[in-house]
Amino acid sequence: MTMILAIETSCDETACAVVKDGNEILSNIVSSQINVHTLYGGVVPEVASRIHVENISAVISEAVRKAGVTMADIDAIAYTRGPGLIGSLHVGVQAAKTLAWTFHKPLVPVHHLTGHIYANAFVTDLKFPLLALVVSGGHTELVRMKDDWSFEVLGSTMDDAIGEAYDKVARVLDLGYPGGPVIDRMAKTGQPLYRLPQPKAAGELDFSFSGLKTAVLQLVDRERRHGNEVKAEDLACSFQETALRQLISRTLKAVEEYKPAMLVLAGGVAANSRLRQMITEEMAAYPDTELVIPPMWCCTDNAAMIGAAGTVAWKHGLTGDLSAAADPALEMPGEKS
Amino acid sequence: MKKLVIYTENAEETRAAGAKLAAAAEPNMVFLMKGDLGAGKTTMTQGMARGLGIARHVTSPTFNLLKIYKGRMPLYHIDAYRLEGVSQDLGFEEFLNDDGLTVIEWSQFVPDLIPEEHLSISLHLEAEDRRRIELEASGEAYEKLLEVFA
Repeated sequence: MTMILAIETSCDETACAVVKDGNEILSNIVSSQINVHTLYGGVVPEVASRIHVENISAVISEAVRKAGVTMADIDAIAYTRGPGLIGSLHVGVQAAKTLAWTFHKPLVPVHHLTGHIYANAFVTDLKFPLLALVVSGGHTELVRMKDDWSFEVLGSTMDDAIGEAYDKVARVLDLGYPGGPVIDRMAKTGQPLYRLPQPKAAGELDFSFSGLKTAVLQLVDRERRHGNEVKAEDLACSFQETALRQLISRTLKAVEEYKPAMLVLAGGVAANSRLRQMITEEMAAYPDTELVIPPMWCCTDNAAMIGAAGTVAWKHGLTGDLSAAADPALEMPGEKS
Repeated sequence: MKKLVIYTENAEETRAAGAKLAAAAEPNMVFLMKGDLGAGKTTMTQGMARGLGIARHVTSPTFNLLKIYKGRMPLYHIDAYRLEGVSQDLGFEEFLNDDGLTVIEWSQFVPDLIPEEHLSISLHLEAEDRRRIELEASGEAYEKLLEVFA
Protein backbone atom coordinates (compact mmCIF):
# COMPACT_ATOMS: atom_id res chain seq x y z
CA MET A 1 0.00 0.00 0.00
CA THR A 2 1.18 3.49 -0.82
CA MET A 3 -0.12 6.58 0.92
CA ILE A 4 0.81 9.97 -0.54
CA LEU A 5 0.01 13.42 0.81
CA ALA A 6 -0.02 15.90 -2.06
CA ILE A 7 0.11 19.69 -2.21
CA GLU A 8 -0.80 21.88 -5.19
CA THR A 9 -0.55 25.68 -5.26
CA SER A 10 0.57 26.48 -8.80
CA CYS A 11 -2.17 29.01 -9.54
CA ASP A 12 -5.62 29.77 -8.12
CA GLU A 13 -6.22 26.86 -5.81
CA THR A 14 -4.69 26.01 -2.47
CA ALA A 15 -5.09 22.26 -2.42
CA CYS A 16 -4.07 19.23 -0.39
CA ALA A 17 -5.08 15.60 -0.77
CA VAL A 18 -4.33 12.17 0.61
CA VAL A 19 -4.24 9.46 -2.07
CA LYS A 20 -4.01 5.72 -1.47
CA ASP A 21 -2.37 3.42 -4.05
CA GLY A 22 -2.44 6.12 -6.70
CA ASN A 23 -6.12 5.85 -7.49
CA GLU A 24 -8.14 6.09 -4.31
CA ILE A 25 -8.90 9.51 -2.86
CA LEU A 26 -9.09 9.57 0.93
CA SER A 27 -9.44 13.35 0.96
CA ASN A 28 -9.19 16.15 -1.59
CA ILE A 29 -9.45 19.67 -0.20
CA VAL A 30 -9.48 22.63 -2.57
CA SER A 31 -9.78 26.23 -1.53
CA SER A 32 -10.39 28.29 -4.66
CA GLN A 33 -9.66 31.98 -5.05
CA ILE A 34 -11.51 32.37 -8.28
CA ASN A 35 -14.02 34.87 -6.88
CA VAL A 36 -11.25 37.13 -5.69
CA HIS A 37 -9.63 37.15 -9.13
CA THR A 38 -12.89 37.75 -10.98
CA LEU A 39 -12.73 41.26 -9.57
CA TYR A 40 -9.47 41.86 -11.40
CA GLY A 41 -10.10 39.97 -14.63
CA GLY A 42 -7.32 37.54 -13.96
CA VAL A 43 -5.01 36.00 -11.46
CA VAL A 44 -3.29 38.53 -9.27
CA PRO A 45 -0.03 36.99 -8.14
CA GLU A 46 0.57 38.88 -4.94
CA VAL A 47 -3.01 38.37 -3.84
CA ALA A 48 -2.71 34.73 -4.89
CA SER A 49 0.42 34.14 -2.79
CA ARG A 50 -1.03 35.86 0.26
CA ILE A 51 -4.23 33.83 0.12
CA HIS A 52 -2.22 30.63 -0.36
CA VAL A 53 -0.28 31.49 2.81
CA GLU A 54 -3.51 32.12 4.70
CA ASN A 55 -5.11 28.88 3.49
CA ILE A 56 -2.35 26.32 3.32
CA SER A 57 -2.19 25.16 6.97
CA ALA A 58 -5.96 24.77 7.28
CA VAL A 59 -6.17 22.95 3.96
CA ILE A 60 -3.43 20.49 4.95
CA SER A 61 -4.87 19.70 8.37
CA GLU A 62 -8.34 19.30 6.90
CA ALA A 63 -6.99 16.89 4.26
CA VAL A 64 -5.27 14.75 6.91
CA ARG A 65 -8.28 14.84 9.25
CA LYS A 66 -10.79 13.97 6.56
CA ALA A 67 -8.62 11.11 5.27
CA GLY A 68 -8.73 9.59 8.74
CA VAL A 69 -4.98 9.10 8.78
CA THR A 70 -2.07 10.44 10.79
CA MET A 71 1.24 11.63 9.39
CA ALA A 72 2.72 8.28 10.46
CA ASP A 73 0.61 6.61 7.74
CA ILE A 74 2.00 8.82 4.97
CA ASP A 75 4.79 7.36 2.81
CA ALA A 76 5.83 10.53 0.97
CA ILE A 77 4.92 14.17 0.36
CA ALA A 78 4.26 15.02 -3.30
CA TYR A 79 4.09 18.65 -4.39
CA THR A 80 3.77 20.69 -7.55
CA ARG A 81 7.21 22.05 -8.33
CA GLY A 82 6.11 23.82 -11.52
CA PRO A 83 5.19 25.23 -13.90
CA GLY A 84 3.04 28.03 -12.51
CA LEU A 85 3.08 31.42 -10.81
CA ILE A 86 6.35 31.71 -8.95
CA GLY A 87 4.95 33.27 -5.75
CA SER A 88 2.13 30.76 -5.56
CA LEU A 89 4.37 27.76 -6.18
CA HIS A 90 6.73 28.87 -3.40
CA VAL A 91 3.98 28.52 -0.80
CA GLY A 92 3.27 24.90 -1.69
CA VAL A 93 6.95 24.00 -1.99
CA GLN A 94 7.72 25.49 1.43
CA ALA A 95 4.77 23.69 3.01
CA ALA A 96 5.85 20.37 1.48
CA LYS A 97 9.44 20.82 2.62
CA THR A 98 8.33 21.76 6.12
CA LEU A 99 6.19 18.64 6.40
CA ALA A 100 8.96 16.46 4.97
CA TRP A 101 11.51 17.86 7.40
CA THR A 102 9.25 17.73 10.46
CA PHE A 103 7.91 14.21 9.87
CA HIS A 104 10.99 12.72 8.14
CA LYS A 105 9.17 11.93 4.89
CA PRO A 106 10.62 11.76 1.40
CA LEU A 107 9.69 14.54 -1.01
CA VAL A 108 8.35 13.85 -4.50
CA PRO A 109 8.42 16.84 -6.88
CA VAL A 110 5.70 16.65 -9.54
CA HIS A 111 5.20 18.46 -12.83
CA HIS A 112 1.74 20.05 -12.82
CA LEU A 113 0.78 18.62 -16.23
CA THR A 114 1.69 15.05 -15.32
CA GLY A 115 -0.82 15.57 -12.52
CA HIS A 116 -3.52 16.63 -14.99
CA ILE A 117 -2.88 13.51 -17.07
CA TYR A 118 -2.95 11.28 -13.98
CA ALA A 119 -6.28 12.76 -12.87
CA ASN A 120 -7.65 10.16 -15.26
CA ALA A 121 -6.30 7.38 -13.02
CA PHE A 122 -9.26 8.12 -10.74
CA VAL A 123 -11.61 7.29 -13.61
CA THR A 124 -10.03 4.09 -14.89
CA ASP A 125 -6.74 2.19 -15.03
CA LEU A 126 -4.54 3.95 -17.57
CA LYS A 127 -3.47 1.91 -20.59
CA PHE A 128 -0.27 2.46 -22.52
CA PRO A 129 0.73 3.60 -25.04
CA LEU A 130 -1.39 6.57 -24.04
CA LEU A 131 -2.07 9.87 -25.74
CA ALA A 132 -3.09 12.89 -23.65
CA LEU A 133 -4.56 16.14 -24.88
CA VAL A 134 -3.66 18.63 -22.16
CA VAL A 135 -5.60 21.85 -22.48
CA SER A 136 -5.69 24.66 -19.93
CA GLY A 137 -5.13 28.35 -19.34
CA GLY A 138 -1.38 27.97 -19.66
CA HIS A 139 -0.98 24.85 -21.82
CA THR A 140 -2.04 23.18 -25.03
CA GLU A 141 -0.10 19.98 -25.56
CA LEU A 142 -0.34 16.54 -27.08
CA VAL A 143 1.67 14.17 -24.93
CA ARG A 144 2.50 10.56 -25.73
CA MET A 145 3.32 8.11 -22.96
CA LYS A 146 4.87 4.80 -23.95
CA ASP A 147 4.71 3.64 -20.36
CA ASP A 148 3.62 5.06 -17.02
CA TRP A 149 6.51 7.54 -16.67
CA SER A 150 7.67 8.57 -20.13
CA PHE A 151 6.33 11.81 -21.51
CA GLU A 152 6.96 12.80 -25.11
CA VAL A 153 5.49 16.14 -26.14
CA LEU A 154 4.34 15.52 -29.73
CA GLY A 155 2.95 18.98 -30.26
CA SER A 156 2.31 22.16 -28.34
CA THR A 157 1.09 25.69 -28.86
CA MET A 158 3.40 27.97 -30.80
CA ASP A 159 1.97 31.06 -29.07
CA ASP A 160 -1.09 31.28 -26.79
CA ALA A 161 -2.65 28.45 -24.84
CA ILE A 162 -6.24 27.69 -25.75
CA GLY A 163 -7.55 28.71 -22.32
CA GLU A 164 -5.72 32.02 -22.66
CA ALA A 165 -7.39 32.58 -26.04
CA TYR A 166 -10.77 31.98 -24.39
CA ASP A 167 -9.91 34.49 -21.64
CA LYS A 168 -8.74 37.14 -24.10
CA VAL A 169 -11.74 36.74 -26.41
CA ALA A 170 -14.01 36.94 -23.35
CA ARG A 171 -12.31 40.17 -22.38
CA VAL A 172 -12.83 41.64 -25.84
CA LEU A 173 -16.53 40.77 -25.56
CA ASP A 174 -16.73 42.04 -21.93
CA LEU A 175 -17.74 38.64 -20.64
CA GLY A 176 -15.52 38.58 -17.53
CA TYR A 177 -13.01 36.05 -16.20
CA PRO A 178 -12.54 33.16 -16.63
CA GLY A 179 -13.62 33.11 -20.27
CA GLY A 180 -14.04 29.37 -20.84
CA PRO A 181 -17.32 28.57 -19.09
CA VAL A 182 -19.11 31.73 -20.25
CA ILE A 183 -18.10 31.32 -23.92
CA ASP A 184 -19.05 27.64 -23.77
CA ARG A 185 -22.48 28.64 -22.40
CA MET A 186 -23.10 31.50 -24.83
CA ALA A 187 -22.00 29.43 -27.83
CA LYS A 188 -24.89 27.05 -27.21
CA THR A 189 -27.41 29.71 -28.24
CA GLY A 190 -25.28 31.09 -31.10
CA GLN A 191 -24.54 30.11 -34.68
CA PRO A 192 -21.06 29.88 -36.23
CA LEU A 193 -21.88 32.72 -38.63
CA TYR A 194 -18.60 34.63 -38.44
CA ARG A 195 -15.80 33.38 -40.65
CA LEU A 196 -12.57 33.09 -38.68
CA PRO A 197 -9.22 31.86 -39.99
CA GLN A 198 -7.76 28.54 -38.87
CA PRO A 199 -4.19 29.57 -37.98
CA LYS A 200 -1.29 27.54 -39.27
CA ALA A 201 1.27 26.15 -36.85
CA ALA A 202 4.83 24.96 -37.37
CA GLY A 203 4.49 21.21 -37.04
CA GLU A 204 1.44 19.24 -38.04
CA LEU A 205 0.75 18.34 -34.41
CA ASP A 206 1.44 21.85 -33.10
CA PHE A 207 -1.18 24.44 -32.21
CA SER A 208 -1.60 28.17 -32.68
CA PHE A 209 -4.29 30.40 -31.18
CA SER A 210 -2.74 33.86 -31.32
CA GLY A 211 -3.88 34.53 -34.89
CA LEU A 212 -7.42 33.43 -34.05
CA LYS A 213 -7.49 35.77 -31.07
CA THR A 214 -6.25 38.62 -33.28
CA ALA A 215 -8.88 37.79 -35.92
CA VAL A 216 -11.68 38.01 -33.34
CA LEU A 217 -10.30 41.33 -32.15
CA GLN A 218 -10.07 42.75 -35.67
CA LEU A 219 -13.56 41.52 -36.51
CA VAL A 220 -15.06 43.23 -33.45
CA ASP A 221 -13.17 46.45 -34.26
CA ARG A 222 -14.28 46.40 -37.88
CA GLU A 223 -17.95 45.73 -37.08
CA ARG A 224 -18.04 48.43 -34.41
CA ARG A 225 -16.35 50.91 -36.75
CA HIS A 226 -19.06 50.24 -39.31
CA GLY A 227 -21.72 50.70 -36.68
CA ASN A 228 -22.73 47.03 -36.82
CA GLU A 229 -23.76 45.23 -33.70
CA VAL A 230 -21.64 42.17 -32.90
CA LYS A 231 -23.82 39.33 -31.77
CA ALA A 232 -21.79 37.94 -28.90
CA GLU A 233 -23.47 34.51 -28.97
CA ASP A 234 -22.62 34.03 -32.64
CA LEU A 235 -19.05 35.23 -32.24
CA ALA A 236 -18.58 33.01 -29.17
CA CYS A 237 -19.88 30.08 -31.18
CA SER A 238 -17.70 30.88 -34.22
CA PHE A 239 -14.60 31.26 -32.06
CA GLN A 240 -15.26 28.08 -30.12
CA GLU A 241 -15.92 25.95 -33.20
CA THR A 242 -12.72 27.21 -34.87
CA ALA A 243 -10.56 26.75 -31.78
CA LEU A 244 -11.89 23.31 -30.90
CA ARG A 245 -11.75 22.09 -34.51
CA GLN A 246 -8.01 22.73 -34.36
CA LEU A 247 -7.66 20.65 -31.19
CA ILE A 248 -9.68 17.82 -32.67
CA SER A 249 -7.86 17.71 -36.02
CA ARG A 250 -4.39 17.51 -34.40
CA THR A 251 -5.57 14.94 -31.88
CA LEU A 252 -7.06 12.69 -34.54
CA LYS A 253 -3.90 12.97 -36.58
CA ALA A 254 -1.86 11.81 -33.58
CA VAL A 255 -4.30 8.97 -32.88
CA GLU A 256 -3.92 7.77 -36.46
CA GLU A 257 -0.16 8.03 -36.39
CA TYR A 258 0.54 6.52 -32.97
CA LYS A 259 -2.50 4.25 -32.51
CA PRO A 260 -2.61 4.64 -28.72
CA ALA A 261 -4.49 2.19 -26.53
CA MET A 262 -6.04 5.14 -24.73
CA LEU A 263 -6.75 8.82 -25.34
CA VAL A 264 -7.29 11.00 -22.28
CA LEU A 265 -8.35 14.62 -21.95
CA ALA A 266 -6.72 16.69 -19.23
CA GLY A 267 -6.65 20.23 -17.88
CA GLY A 268 -9.26 22.90 -17.22
CA VAL A 269 -10.42 23.26 -20.84
CA ALA A 270 -11.30 19.53 -20.80
CA ALA A 271 -14.35 20.68 -18.83
CA ASN A 272 -15.65 22.38 -22.00
CA SER A 273 -18.93 20.72 -22.95
CA ARG A 274 -18.53 21.22 -26.69
CA LEU A 275 -15.02 19.72 -26.67
CA ARG A 276 -16.34 16.68 -24.81
CA GLN A 277 -19.13 16.27 -27.31
CA MET A 278 -16.91 16.70 -30.39
CA ILE A 279 -14.18 14.33 -29.24
CA THR A 280 -16.73 11.68 -28.24
CA GLU A 281 -18.33 11.86 -31.70
CA GLU A 282 -15.04 11.81 -33.58
CA MET A 283 -13.44 9.02 -31.56
CA ALA A 284 -16.32 6.69 -32.35
CA ALA A 285 -14.41 6.01 -35.59
CA TYR A 286 -11.41 4.68 -33.62
CA PRO A 287 -12.70 1.72 -31.59
CA ASP A 288 -9.17 0.48 -30.82
CA THR A 289 -8.42 3.60 -28.82
CA GLU A 290 -10.33 3.92 -25.56
CA LEU A 291 -11.44 7.49 -24.88
CA VAL A 292 -11.37 8.74 -21.29
CA ILE A 293 -12.98 12.04 -20.42
CA PRO A 294 -12.35 12.96 -16.81
CA PRO A 295 -15.24 14.19 -14.69
CA MET A 296 -15.44 17.96 -14.26
CA TRP A 297 -14.00 17.94 -10.75
CA CYS A 298 -10.67 16.52 -11.85
CA CYS A 299 -10.21 18.82 -14.86
CA THR A 300 -9.59 21.85 -12.68
CA ASP A 301 -6.55 22.11 -10.43
CA ASN A 302 -6.59 19.86 -7.40
CA ALA A 303 -4.07 18.04 -5.25
CA ALA A 304 -5.44 14.51 -5.72
CA MET A 305 -4.07 14.48 -9.27
CA ILE A 306 -0.65 15.47 -7.93
CA GLY A 307 -1.00 12.57 -5.50
CA ALA A 308 -1.80 10.18 -8.35
CA ALA A 309 1.20 11.30 -10.43
CA GLY A 310 3.29 11.49 -7.27
CA THR A 311 2.52 7.86 -6.47
CA VAL A 312 3.94 6.73 -9.83
CA ALA A 313 6.99 8.99 -9.46
CA TRP A 314 7.51 7.63 -5.92
CA LYS A 315 7.38 4.05 -7.19
CA HIS A 316 10.05 4.97 -9.74
CA GLY A 317 12.19 6.35 -6.91
CA LEU A 318 12.00 9.93 -8.20
CA THR A 319 12.38 11.72 -4.91
CA GLY A 320 13.74 15.22 -4.37
CA ASP A 321 15.45 16.74 -1.40
CA LEU A 322 15.05 19.70 0.93
CA SER A 323 17.09 21.97 -1.33
CA ALA A 324 14.35 21.84 -3.98
CA ALA A 325 12.95 25.14 -5.18
CA ALA A 326 9.88 26.03 -7.18
CA ASP A 327 10.51 26.18 -10.93
CA PRO A 328 7.96 28.35 -12.73
CA ALA A 329 9.24 27.16 -16.14
CA LEU A 330 9.70 23.47 -15.25
CA GLU A 331 9.88 21.17 -18.25
CA MET A 332 8.05 17.88 -18.39
CA PRO A 333 10.14 14.80 -17.68
CA GLY A 334 11.37 13.85 -21.15
CA GLU A 335 10.26 17.08 -22.80
CA LYS A 336 12.39 18.04 -25.78
CA SER A 337 13.86 21.46 -25.14
CA MET B 1 17.23 59.42 -26.79
CA LYS B 2 17.55 57.85 -30.21
CA LYS B 3 14.65 56.71 -32.33
CA LEU B 4 14.40 54.40 -35.28
CA VAL B 5 11.48 53.01 -37.27
CA ILE B 6 11.61 49.75 -39.17
CA TYR B 7 8.96 47.85 -41.12
CA THR B 8 8.42 44.11 -41.36
CA GLU B 9 6.24 42.38 -43.93
CA ASN B 10 5.53 39.12 -42.13
CA ALA B 11 6.02 37.25 -38.87
CA GLU B 12 9.38 35.83 -39.97
CA GLU B 13 10.76 39.32 -40.62
CA THR B 14 9.49 40.42 -37.21
CA ARG B 15 11.31 37.48 -35.65
CA ALA B 16 14.47 38.28 -37.60
CA ALA B 17 14.44 41.85 -36.26
CA GLY B 18 14.09 40.49 -32.74
CA ALA B 19 16.93 38.02 -33.30
CA LYS B 20 19.21 40.80 -34.53
CA LEU B 21 18.61 42.90 -31.42
CA ALA B 22 19.03 40.04 -28.99
CA ALA B 23 22.19 38.76 -30.68
CA ALA B 24 23.83 42.13 -29.96
CA ALA B 25 22.25 42.64 -26.53
CA GLU B 26 24.36 42.83 -23.38
CA PRO B 27 23.58 41.21 -20.03
CA ASN B 28 21.07 43.09 -17.82
CA MET B 29 19.41 44.85 -20.73
CA VAL B 30 15.68 45.51 -20.58
CA PHE B 31 13.39 45.65 -23.62
CA LEU B 32 9.83 46.95 -23.29
CA MET B 33 7.38 45.54 -25.83
CA LYS B 34 4.34 47.70 -26.58
CA GLY B 35 1.37 47.19 -28.85
CA ASP B 36 -2.21 45.93 -28.84
CA LEU B 37 -3.29 42.32 -28.52
CA GLY B 38 -2.12 40.67 -31.72
CA ALA B 39 0.45 43.34 -32.65
CA GLY B 40 3.27 40.79 -32.66
CA LYS B 41 4.94 41.20 -29.27
CA THR B 42 5.28 37.51 -28.59
CA THR B 43 6.37 36.88 -32.21
CA MET B 44 9.21 39.39 -31.92
CA THR B 45 10.21 37.92 -28.56
CA GLN B 46 10.43 34.50 -30.25
CA GLY B 47 13.03 36.05 -32.54
CA MET B 48 14.92 37.43 -29.56
CA ALA B 49 15.08 33.93 -28.09
CA ARG B 50 16.52 32.70 -31.36
CA GLY B 51 19.10 35.50 -31.24
CA LEU B 52 20.17 34.25 -27.82
CA GLY B 53 20.53 30.71 -29.11
CA ILE B 54 17.50 29.45 -27.19
CA ALA B 55 16.16 26.28 -28.76
CA ARG B 56 12.99 26.08 -26.69
CA HIS B 57 9.94 27.60 -28.32
CA VAL B 58 8.82 30.85 -26.71
CA THR B 59 5.10 30.94 -26.00
CA SER B 60 2.85 33.56 -24.45
CA PRO B 61 3.76 34.21 -20.82
CA THR B 62 0.35 35.72 -20.04
CA PHE B 63 -0.79 32.89 -17.82
CA ASN B 64 2.35 32.49 -15.74
CA LEU B 65 3.38 36.18 -15.92
CA LEU B 66 7.03 35.14 -16.16
CA LYS B 67 8.80 32.56 -18.27
CA ILE B 68 12.52 31.86 -18.14
CA TYR B 69 14.60 30.43 -20.98
CA LYS B 70 18.24 29.38 -20.95
CA GLY B 71 20.49 30.51 -23.81
CA ARG B 72 23.71 32.47 -24.37
CA MET B 73 22.28 34.40 -21.44
CA PRO B 74 18.91 33.81 -19.78
CA LEU B 75 15.81 35.37 -21.27
CA TYR B 76 13.26 36.59 -18.73
CA HIS B 77 9.97 37.01 -20.54
CA ILE B 78 7.49 38.96 -18.44
CA ASP B 79 3.89 39.70 -19.41
CA ALA B 80 2.00 42.25 -17.31
CA TYR B 81 -1.28 41.93 -19.25
CA ARG B 82 -3.12 40.58 -16.21
CA LEU B 83 -1.79 43.27 -13.91
CA GLU B 84 -3.72 46.23 -15.26
CA GLY B 85 -4.84 48.44 -12.39
CA VAL B 86 -3.04 46.38 -9.78
CA SER B 87 -0.10 47.89 -7.96
CA GLN B 88 2.00 45.30 -6.23
CA ASP B 89 5.42 43.89 -5.56
CA LEU B 90 5.99 40.90 -7.84
CA GLY B 91 9.55 40.09 -6.90
CA PHE B 92 10.51 40.45 -10.57
CA GLU B 93 13.16 43.11 -9.85
CA GLU B 94 15.68 40.43 -9.05
CA PHE B 95 15.72 39.37 -12.71
CA LEU B 96 16.43 42.83 -14.02
CA ASN B 97 19.95 42.72 -12.59
CA ASP B 98 20.66 39.08 -13.07
CA ASP B 99 22.84 38.90 -16.17
CA GLY B 100 19.99 38.12 -18.51
CA LEU B 101 17.89 39.87 -21.10
CA THR B 102 14.53 40.94 -19.66
CA VAL B 103 11.66 41.44 -22.08
CA ILE B 104 8.50 42.99 -20.65
CA GLU B 105 5.17 42.96 -22.50
CA TRP B 106 2.46 45.40 -21.34
CA SER B 107 5.10 47.27 -19.34
CA GLN B 108 2.72 50.21 -18.84
CA PHE B 109 1.04 48.13 -16.13
CA VAL B 110 4.28 47.74 -14.17
CA PRO B 111 5.81 51.26 -14.22
CA ASP B 112 7.88 50.58 -11.09
CA LEU B 113 9.71 47.81 -12.89
CA ILE B 114 11.04 49.98 -15.73
CA PRO B 115 14.66 51.10 -15.36
CA GLU B 116 15.70 54.52 -16.60
CA GLU B 117 17.81 53.00 -19.37
CA HIS B 118 15.98 50.61 -21.65
CA LEU B 119 14.87 49.95 -25.19
CA SER B 120 11.23 50.60 -25.94
CA ILE B 121 9.77 48.63 -28.88
CA SER B 122 6.31 49.61 -30.13
CA LEU B 123 4.61 47.37 -32.66
CA HIS B 124 1.78 48.62 -34.84
CA LEU B 125 -0.36 46.60 -37.18
CA GLU B 126 -0.28 48.53 -40.50
CA ALA B 127 -1.98 46.06 -42.80
CA GLU B 128 -2.70 42.36 -42.69
CA ASP B 129 0.86 41.23 -42.02
CA ARG B 130 2.80 44.47 -42.21
CA ARG B 131 4.10 45.87 -38.91
CA ARG B 132 5.63 49.27 -38.12
CA ILE B 133 8.14 48.87 -35.32
CA GLU B 134 9.28 51.97 -33.45
CA LEU B 135 12.47 51.59 -31.47
CA GLU B 136 13.33 54.14 -28.79
CA ALA B 137 16.68 53.84 -27.03
CA SER B 138 17.14 55.42 -23.61
CA GLY B 139 20.79 55.29 -22.57
CA GLU B 140 24.08 55.02 -24.40
CA ALA B 141 24.31 51.24 -24.52
CA TYR B 142 20.87 51.04 -26.05
CA GLU B 143 21.61 53.76 -28.59
CA LYS B 144 24.62 51.76 -29.65
CA LEU B 145 22.47 48.65 -29.87
CA LEU B 146 20.28 50.25 -32.52
CA GLU B 147 23.29 50.34 -34.84
CA VAL B 148 22.54 46.72 -35.71
CA PHE B 149 19.88 48.15 -38.04
CA ALA B 150 22.31 50.62 -39.67
